Amino acid sequence: MTRPRVGLVVNPVAGLGGRVGLGGTDGPERALRALELGARPLAGARATEALRALRSTPGPVVVTVPGTMGADAARAAGLAVEVVGPGARGVSADVTPEVEARRAADRPVTGRAVPTLRTTTPADQDAPAAPRTTPTDRDAPAVPRTTPADTTAADTTAAVQALVAAGIDLLLFAGGDGTARDVLGALRARHALGPRCPVLGIPTGVKMHSAVFAVGPRAAGEVAAAWLGGRGGVRLRDAEVMDRDESALRAGRVASRLFGWLSVPDVPARIQQRKTGSTAATAEASGGIAAELADRVGEGPLVLGPGSTTRAVARALGADASLAGVDVLALRAGRAETVARDVTEAELLARIGPGPCWIALSPIGGQGFLLGRGNQQISPRVLRAAGGRARLLVLCPEHKLAALGGRPLLLDTGDAALDAELTGYLPVLTGHRRVSLYPATG
Amino acid sequence: MTDHHAPAPGPVTAQDARIAPKPPLRRFRQASWDEKLVFELGGPGERGVLVPAPDPSIEVPEIPAALRRTAPPALPELSQQQVLRHYLRLSQENLGADLNIDVGQGTCTMKYSPKVNDRFVRDPRVAALHPLQDEDTVQGVLRVLHELERLLAEISGMDRVSLQPAAGSAAIYANVSMIRAYFADRGELEQRDEVITTLFSHPSNAACAKTAGFKVITLHPDADGYPDIGALKAAVGPRTAALLITNPEDTGIYNPRIEEFVRIVHAAGGLCAYDQANANGILGITRARDAGFDLCHFNLHKTFSTPHACGGPAAGACAVTEELAPYLPHPTVESDGERLFLDHDRPRSVGKMRPFHGVVPNLVRAYAWIRSLGAEGLRAAAETAVLNNNYLLHKVRRIPGVSVPYAEGRPRVEQVRYSWQKLYEDTGVHSEDIGLRAADFGTHYWTSHHPYVVPEPMTLEPTESYSRADLDEYAAILAEVAREAYEDPETVRTAPHRSTVHRVRPEALDDPGTWAVSWRAYRRKILGESP
Repeated sequence: MTRPRVGLVVNPVAGLGGRVGLGGTDGPERALRALELGARPLAGARATEALRALRSTPGPVVVTVPGTMGADAARAAGLAVEVVGPGARGVSADVTPEVEARRAADRPVTGRAVPTLRTTTPADQDAPAAPRTTPTDRDAPAVPRTTPADTTAADTTAAVQALVAAGIDLLLFAGGDGTARDVLGALRARHALGPRCPVLGIPTGVKMHSAVFAVGPRAAGEVAAAWLGGRGGVRLRDAEVMDRDESALRAGRVASRLFGWLSVPDVPARIQQRKTGSTAATAEASGGIAAELADRVGEGPLVLGPGSTTRAVARALGADASLAGVDVLALRAGRAETVARDVTEAELLARIGPGPCWIALSPIGGQGFLLGRGNQQISPRVLRAAGGRARLLVLCPEHKLAALGGRPLLLDTGDAALDAELTGYLPVLTGHRRVSLYPATG
Repeated sequence: MTDHHAPAPGPVTAQDARIAPKPPLRRFRQASWDEKLVFELGGPGERGVLVPAPDPSIEVPEIPAALRRTAPPALPELSQQQVLRHYLRLSQENLGADLNIDVGQGTCTMKYSPKVNDRFVRDPRVAALHPLQDEDTVQGVLRVLHELERLLAEISGMDRVSLQPAAGSAAIYANVSMIRAYFADRGELEQRDEVITTLFSHPSNAACAKTAGFKVITLHPDADGYPDIGALKAAVGPRTAALLITNPEDTGIYNPRIEEFVRIVHAAGGLCAYDQANANGILGITRARDAGFDLCHFNLHKTFSTPHACGGPAAGACAVTEELAPYLPHPTVESDGERLFLDHDRPRSVGKMRPFHGVVPNLVRAYAWIRSLGAEGLRAAAETAVLNNNYLLHKVRRIPGVSVPYAEGRPRVEQVRYSWQKLYEDTGVHSEDIGLRAADFGTHYWTSHHPYVVPEPMTLEPTESYSRADLDEYAAILAEVAREAYEDPETVRTAPHRSTVHRVRPEALDDPGTWAVSWRAYRRKILGESP
């Protein structure tokens, strides 16, 4: 049996800035400054902790790049390691004898054995298994450097592309939001060449607004093990890649932006407790929310915000929502049709006209933000034109709401008066004919 | 009460746990018989009883051809001894309520079911009754039912009681049905289509309300861990039909504003139904009616000691005010002054909940339990249950890795939902792993309903049945497993090691394709045989 292949990229500078008060370490200057201030790299150790959770039978092969960007952490976890890079041409001196032997055994005469890879496309998360990328193209990128402070975003990008070229079942990356954006960028460039690669973040950064991270390093290992083991029909979901909005920050506001989506193994909280997977409850919840949404809207237009919940709900109504944007749907007889994808504020205003119009939103990325993060197109003007609070529908499965741990939904529309108007208990649609009354605050 | 001179409990570190001497826990090892299914045992022609052929002089009537099977049923063929051995072996592979310190099934109220009460049930005067007997021949058991109704009315403060519901959820459904009938009679049903409940009320409240056609509004806990009264005020209105609420909730937290909740809902014209599944801590101390409720229900298999549904048939009871009495399920047990009779002629009733009169043996057990304790005994049982729970809470919260979320530092009523989140973060060991490792010491526990709201949950409810020594042993088992989690997490993660069943694949619970509830389904789905 072919052993599962896990790609690993460590951003060795991720998290450096946290304890020395520098915030994120985007860019080499900040990383160097953090090291000068006495910061100690943590990312490698956390990656090792995640990989230790993978030491089950049959153990995976960790496909990674040299040094602090992966190989060091993988070896520390005691797993078989295959190091890729231009010097190695896919098989480096870092390959243990065991790996080499297995590779030889796995490799058929005409090429390496091609195991099943569950892939997904943004439009169809539940796509059936398809063959995974094979290492046919050896368009090896530049070799990543291994001194922590020397590594840059370009190294992460190059490393991700090298790993995907080598053929992997899952990409684990250790880093923060900046690293997630680099991974997203690398896979986007790669996307034209083959199917999307499942990804999971080992949280080691300072900023972690994105929903692509497991709750901790060990949890990352457990989710990865569940995915690689193919147990219980673990499927993929699109998870938000977000990062701090630096321009907003300069303007004195803390805001984050949505940059796109990565395919992440879907191991809901309850399943994670059990370390195995099923998404039955989630599918059920989105179907129920979709039915409730259709009941409430009846016939007419609906502005749909971004979010994994809103996308799943749109799918349950038969519409394909855009990846990260705000869409306009037309609802009729319990079905939805996409009228406009990825619209701007101006387009929304034009479409809504004098209103009223329903707007459906979901709290993004598990942070509890309802407005002002990743959906700024739904601006105060849009919200007012649509009819304000009376026309706002919040969609969220009960368990996702409960996972906020009592923290309120957050509003940051940039319009204090509107935030105040929306503050209070909002009905959150949690299923068909079911709502939770949940506090929201500006 | 707190001894002011005693040192504060304070956090116990993993280091403390390491140096603590290993408690003298029992060396449990469960039987493992590797027993086959009963259908796989025996062989053709083996029999438990050889039925003699009828004497030729006896004329045996012919069974009509249309009623005869075309092929004999595929039944197991075994001797009596094989059957006895089979079930004794299976019983040894269980951790039943009478075998372990069963305090880990929080919210289930696993109290001792006194064996003496079984003598009444097995008495031919109960056991040999047939539900179709003439009422004049069953006056005794009707009297038991009638008096049990009166006792439960007294315990709840309500005016009338029905013993028709099969169990707790059936009783909630009966209550919701009565609420629906009440508003239908008043012409308000179309307007009042919303039912309010709370996140930590039993999920059956939301489920029954929806099944009965209502929309459901759920209130989450506020910062103090109590149901959010602000959310309640925002939720009530002319569409409110009812509040369905459990108190104390499954966290063991008693809602001190319960009367205010009832007032708010009444002011909006709604009814209030009290889910008393967690009544074991308030028997004889407070009553649903005293807090203003219009309806309530009891689980006789919890609070009143009769066996549980999964280990025997359950029994429920719903209780209402006089105003709602016409809507009670029928038949009710009535008296005409001379004799008792079953009243089926109740035109406004929500109907029958089940055939005949409920699980009469369990109703007899509950009646016997209440009568044997009396009013003072019931209150003593509740007080002991609360004392036991807070004693266990005092011990368990000192175990490294345990926390008690919500309403921090306050005592709980009859159960506690704990969290092992800290231990998980420290060791990677999940609550479910700890429960499975506890099986190696001869006990177990239940985590929580899904989805988990409290992370890494554990729900303990020691009831009044367990002694201080029992609770000490149970807490010592948890402490030992926590110590193992810190020192040797692999042992806990891969548990159980000394009990029969290893691990089930929980994902199969969500996959009907793997369910085999009959021998035929087992052969098809598990053995892969074609039908």
